[in-house]
Amino acid sequence: MTEAEQPGKDLPGRDQPGRARADEAPDGRRSGAPGRAGKPGAGKSGAGRIGVADSGESASVGAASRESASGEPASGERGNSRESARLAVRKTYKLYIGGAFPRSESGRSYPVASSEGEFLANASKASRKDARDAVVAARKAFGGWSGATAYNRGQILYRIAEMLEGRRAQFAAELADTGAGRPGEAVDAAVDRLVWYAGWSDKITSVAGAANPVAGPYFNLSSPEPTGVVAVVAPDEPLLGLVSVIAPVIVTGNTCVVVASERAPLPAITLAEVLATSDLPGGVVNVLTGSVKELAPWLAAHMDVNAIDLTGVADAELAVTCEQAAAENLKRVLRPSDPDWSADPGVRRMTAFLETKTVWHPTGV
Amino acid sequence: MTTPLADVASSDATLRAFLHGLPGVDRVGADQRAAMLGTRSIKTTAKAEAIDLAIRMVDLTTLEGADTPGKVRAMCAKAVHPDPSDPSVPKVAAVCVYPDLVALAVDALAGSGVKVASVATAFPSGRSSLDVKVADTALAVAAGADEIDMVIDRGAFLSGGYSKVFEEIAAIKAACARPGGEHDAHLKVILETGELATYDNVRRASWLAMLAGADFIKTSTGKVQPAATLPVTLIMLEAVRDFLAATGRKVGVKPAGGIRTTKDAIKMLVLVNETVGEGWLDPDWFRLGASTLLNDLLMQRQKMATGRYAGPDYFTLD
Repeated sequence: MTEAEQPGKDLPGRDQPGRARADEAPDGRRSGAPGRAGKPGAGKSGAGRIGVADSGESASVGAASRESASGEPASGERGNSRESARLAVRKTYKLYIGGAFPRSESGRSYPVASSEGEFLANASKASRKDARDAVVAARKAFGGWSGATAYNRGQILYRIAEMLEGRRAQFAAELADTGAGRPGEAVDAAVDRLVWYAGWSDKITSVAGAANPVAGPYFNLSSPEPTGVVAVVAPDEPLLGLVSVIAPVIVTGNTCVVVASERAPLPAITLAEVLATSDLPGGVVNVLTGSVKELAPWLAAHMDVNAIDLTGVADAELAVTCEQAAAENLKRVLRPSDPDWSADPGVRRMTAFLETKTVWHPTGV
Repeated sequence: MTTPLADVASSDATLRAFLHGLPGVDRVGADQRAAMLGTRSIKTTAKAEAIDLAIRMVDLTTLEGADTPGKVRAMCAKAVHPDPSDPSVPKVAAVCVYPDLVALAVDALAGSGVKVASVATAFPSGRSSLDVKVADTALAVAAGADEIDMVIDRGAFLSGGYSKVFEEIAAIKAACARPGGEHDAHLKVILETGELATYDNVRRASWLAMLAGADFIKTSTGKVQPAATLPVTLIMLEAVRDFLAATGRKVGVKPAGGIRTTKDAIKMLVLVNETVGEGWLDPDWFRLGASTLLNDLLMQRQKMATGRYAGPDYFTLD
C-alpha cells in the first residue's frame, strides 16, 4: 500500500491544517454503524463492520460518554441499549451504468472481505452484458461530454472533488476496511488528485497541441481530441489509484467504463455515488465490479471501445490476451503498470487517450 | 354475431353494432401476456435464425421531410446488401418511402426482389379529402409501388364514423388495383394505435380495416408515440387470427415505429409464433417497419459470427 503523501499540499486554497482527519474525528463513524453493538443478538455479526473506521479511540470516547448518560454498564464494548435496539441499515453495492445503479444483469454477486478476512458486503458481479450496456451508455454520453467546454469539464471535476471531500469520513472508513494505512491521507490525496486534473482541462490543449512550422503558406495547427470510449481496468489501490485512472481519462473529454478493483470494489461504488451527485452527466463514468479476468477480454475485444487502460491487470497472460484482442480495431492500449500513486502523475495518462487532429489552413485568406 | 360477416358493412348501424359487439380487451391481461412472452430467452442457433428472419422482414423506412434522391438510393443499396462485408446476410423485405420517391426506389431496386412500399393518403395525419387521398395513392401505384401504406382517418374513427373509415379504405383498395393483369399493390392499413386511446379501439380498428379489404394491418406511422408496443401488436395478431377463422382470408401484420433493437424484434417474433403460429413467421405475412433496427440486427449478427461485440462505426449510417 502506498503512502499517500498529499501531493497537492501546496495548492492555494486547500486548507490542509484546517481539514479534520476522518480517523481522528469523533464523528468519523458513519451513521449506519450502530449495528455493531456488543450486545448478544443485537443485529447480525459483522453487519456494522461495513464502513466502520477502526479508528477510533476518540470515537469510543464519544460512545462511552453516551453510555454513561444512559446509565448502562459499558460491558467492555462500544454501544448502548438505544443504539443496539436499531437494526443496521446495510448498503447494497450495485453497479453504476449510465447514471443509474442497476444490479448485475446476471443477478450474481460475490462476497467482499476486509483485509482481516471479515465479511463486509456483497458486491455485484458484473457479466459481459453489463459491460456491453456500460459501453452503450458511455458511447451515448460521449457526444455531450466531449462537446462540453473544457472549462465546464474542469468545473465538474472540481465538483467531484468537492463531493468527495464531503464524504471523507465514509471513504476513510471504507479504506480502513480494505487495510489501507492512513486512510484519511489517501482520501486527501484523491481529492487533491481530482483538483489537480480539473485544472488541466483547459491547459492540456496548449501542452499537447502545437502550431507547427511548415514549408508553405499554411497555418498548421495540431490539437488533441478525446479518443472516445475508454475501458479502464482500475488498480487495486481502492481510492487514490481509482481516481488517478478515471480523472485523466474523463478530463480530456473521453467517457469510460471502469472495472473496479476485484479485491476492494466497495470504495469504487461509493465513489460512483459521488460521481452521480457531481453534475457529471450519466454514462461518462460507468463502474463495474466483478472478475477482471471475465470482463477485461470482452471490453478489449469490443469494437465500440476506442482505447483500453490495462493498469490494473495483474495477470501477465491476461494482459497479453487483452492487448491482442484490442488490436482488432486498433485500440489505444495503456499497458499494465504499478506506479507509485502518490507521486506526481505527469500528463502521460491524459495524452495516452488523446488523438491529434492537424489542420492545414491557408494563410493570407 | 347476428349479422353475417359479409353484411356488416351494409350500413353504419350494422357496422357499429358489429364493432361494438366484439369482445372487450382485458387490458391488464394483454399487457401481462405480452410482457410474459417478452421474457422468453432466444439463444445461439435459434437467435441466429431469428436475426436472419427479422432482417428478411424489415421494411427499411425513410419518411423524413429531408429525404433526398441520394438518401433513397443509398437506402435501396443497403436494402439489397445490408452488410456489404458479408454476402450471407439476406435482403430486407421492402423499402418504404414517400410517393414522390417511389419511381426512384423502383429504379434502384429493379430485379433485386426487394419490394417498394409507399405511404399514401396524406401521411402521416390523413387529414385531407378522399379525392386527394385516392390521387396520392394512384400516384404511388402508377410509379410502381408494390405496397401502399395508408393511414386511417382517426378523427372519423374516434367520433364513431366507422362507415366513413370503411369506405375510405375500400376506395384506396380500389385505387391499388392495376388494370391489365399486373399484380395489384398490397394495401397496408395504418391504424396509428398511439392515437386510438384504448385497446378496444385497436381491436375494432383492426377488424374494420380487415373487413374493408386490408392485406396488412400496421400499428403506426412512426410519427406518434407510443408506436408499436407489444400489447398492441398482440391484439392485432389476435384480430388477424380470428379474422382468418371467421372469413378464411389471411391478413398480415406490421408493427412499425419504436422497434430499435434486436431484442425488440425477437420479442415480436415470439409474439407472432405464440399468437398466430408459424404461418405468419414469413415476410409475406409479418413485417417490421424500422430504420435503425437493421443496424442493430447486423451488429448482433456480426457479434454471433465473430464472438466480439460489434460497433456502429463499422456499419452504414441510416
